[in-house]
Amino acid sequence: MRQGELSLAGFLALLSLYLMWKSTELPIGYISGQGPGGGFWPFWLSFGMLLSCAAIAWNWWRGRSPASVSDEPLMDAFGWRTVARVGGGVVAFVALIPIISMYGAICLFLVYYLRFLGRHSWLLTLAIAIALPIGLFFFFEGAMYISMPQGLPFTQPFFDMMYDIIY
Amino acid sequence: MEVFSLIVDGVATAVQPINLMLIVVGVAVGLFIGAMPGLGSVNGVAILLPVTFLVPPASAIIFLAAIYYGAMYGGAISSVTLGIPGASTAVATTFDGRPLALQGRASLALVTAALASFVGGTVATVFFSLFAPLLADVALSFGPPEIFALMLLAFATFVGLGGDDIPKTIFSICFGLVLATVGFDTISGEPRLVLFDIQGFLRGIGFIVLAIGVYGIGEMLWTIEQTRGDVTTTNPKMTAKGLLSDTKESVRRGWKGTWIGSVLGFFVGVLPAAGATPGSLMAYGVAKMTSRKPEEYGTGSPDGVAAPEAANNSASTGSMLPMLTLGIPGSPTTAILLGGMVMWGLTPGPRLFVDESEFVWGLIGSFYISNLVAVLINLAFIPLFVWMLRMPFTILAPLIFVLSIIGGFAATRSMHDIWLIVIFGISAFFMRKFDYPLAPAVLAIVLGPIAEPTLRQSLLLSSGDPMIFFTRPIAAPITVIALILILWPAVKLVRRKRQVVNG
Repeated sequence: MRQGELSLAGFLALLSLYLMWKSTELPIGYISGQGPGGGFWPFWLSFGMLLSCAAIAWNWWRGRSPASVSDEPLMDAFGWRTVARVGGGVVAFVALIPIISMYGAICLFLVYYLRFLGRHSWLLTLAIAIALPIGLFFFFEGAMYISMPQGLPFTQPFFDMMYDIIY
Repeated sequence: MEVFSLIVDGVATAVQPINLMLIVVGVAVGLFIGAMPGLGSVNGVAILLPVTFLVPPASAIIFLAAIYYGAMYGGAISSVTLGIPGASTAVATTFDGRPLALQGRASLALVTAALASFVGGTVATVFFSLFAPLLADVALSFGPPEIFALMLLAFATFVGLGGDDIPKTIFSICFGLVLATVGFDTISGEPRLVLFDIQGFLRGIGFIVLAIGVYGIGEMLWTIEQTRGDVTTTNPKMTAKGLLSDTKESVRRGWKGTWIGSVLGFFVGVLPAAGATPGSLMAYGVAKMTSRKPEEYGTGSPDGVAAPEAANNSASTGSMLPMLTLGIPGSPTTAILLGGMVMWGLTPGPRLFVDESEFVWGLIGSFYISNLVAVLINLAFIPLFVWMLRMPFTILAPLIFVLSIIGGFAATRSMHDIWLIVIFGISAFFMRKFDYPLAPAVLAIVLGPIAEPTLRQSLLLSSGDPMIFFTRPIAAPITVIALILILWPAVKLVRRKRQVVNG
């Protein structure tokens, strides 16, 4: 944790410097007759971020924050594995949306999570994985008139059938 | 007495069968929309606006206002049961609502939220009815310096709320404000902070993207990691008797927060460009600062639930005041309502009270009825909301991931934003591991688009002299209070050190 606290502060300080540099693409000073330039507000806020990171590092050096005096690891192997499985599942879910549509990706994600991470029965898994995307389809496409990504062309017959029901 | 008879007439209009039906449906829809992470009153009102052309204009506005009310109540449901604010207005509700739920007292948090919302909405409606012309005049006199001073006060309050680690809180506020500047400079119209030259950033980063990332994805990852993924949520007892005792307890332990939120929320809500989010935040801060036991805040204090909930309902009513009397929307949702009124041939402004008196007082009457309907529906369905907590976490977690992603897309219609949600979520998880408070960033991204233009306009007015915030009669005291709040932790630290030295 101790090493991580300083590493994160360092990373955020670099991010602050990048944002300061990026802000200078627009004027950061006062323009006569126009007021502060477009980069003024983000530049000084980024500078505030940088100062905060310096203060965090100063507190780390003095051992004032709980993380700076902790010798515990950020996460144990089980924690890393759990976060990787769940976080990886979410990343895969989003990556699948442009391919198999929002509803197809939801269905697959639910099967993955409920069956393989949650170890629920196939009956419960399939009941939720099929009913929820269909319910969401009727809510968003039918009631709210919001079209979700439909994926590659091979999903079109499914959408044609569903649109026939709601229109 | 004239006002009283106008209110009675207005209530009579609101309880006409069609209006009453629309209020019930609107409140129920609003509750659902408000409870869904990613969808708030603004989404619901915007999306359902075209549907209202099926009914007369007055009924349509009553329906949309009922959705607005319902969503304000609904935001608390997900804040308490899931730990994810349904809307920015309910962020402060998570501070104490979620700890209460984790202690197995979700029903107390929900009852407190419902009752505080009811009182807040009703008090604000009474204020609205009685003091409309006077308060509209006050709000009209606010210029950019006053509005920026108010924003500064909101951030200053947050520094006090951020816990002990002030640098991390300030980092979080600045980060949220910087994220709000991504896209285009609204004054010069030039692209700004297009990060890594990715074109998707030209659209800016919406509040909802950060909020869903932090409170949807990040919160779930956190809970899964902390609980090893195999925990089931709390299993509170829900009986009629329990509901009654929760009501008594919430009245006893939440009355102070309720009154602070009700009064403060209205006055903040009435200011153009302020609204329910800073109102709820400030109410929480003031309730904490004036409490005899401020250390209880953040650990499950009913006052900490009541203050923001009363304030957001009160502010939502307050935000309708400048919309109806001056034609200036007090919040994004009222901006859409205003657009709808114009479409229906109603011109908001002082003349509306004269030319369309029946409509105005019918709408005001509907505020009273909507509040009553909302609290009844909310209380009646508390067992349903608490049932969500009884679901095994391995079912609840993927449902929240799914709702976060699909809700995020519904609000933004952009895959770029969905990827940002995931990135913010994973980043939030790691930042939380190192005790970075994330709520200030979410609040800052909401208030940033108001704070920046008002600061720049103020400095333009004063030719770059920041003393403008200290010389105007309304801006000066607000700015001074904000600075005192910002410096207060440092003053406390110095005093503590002196005490240690003297001791």
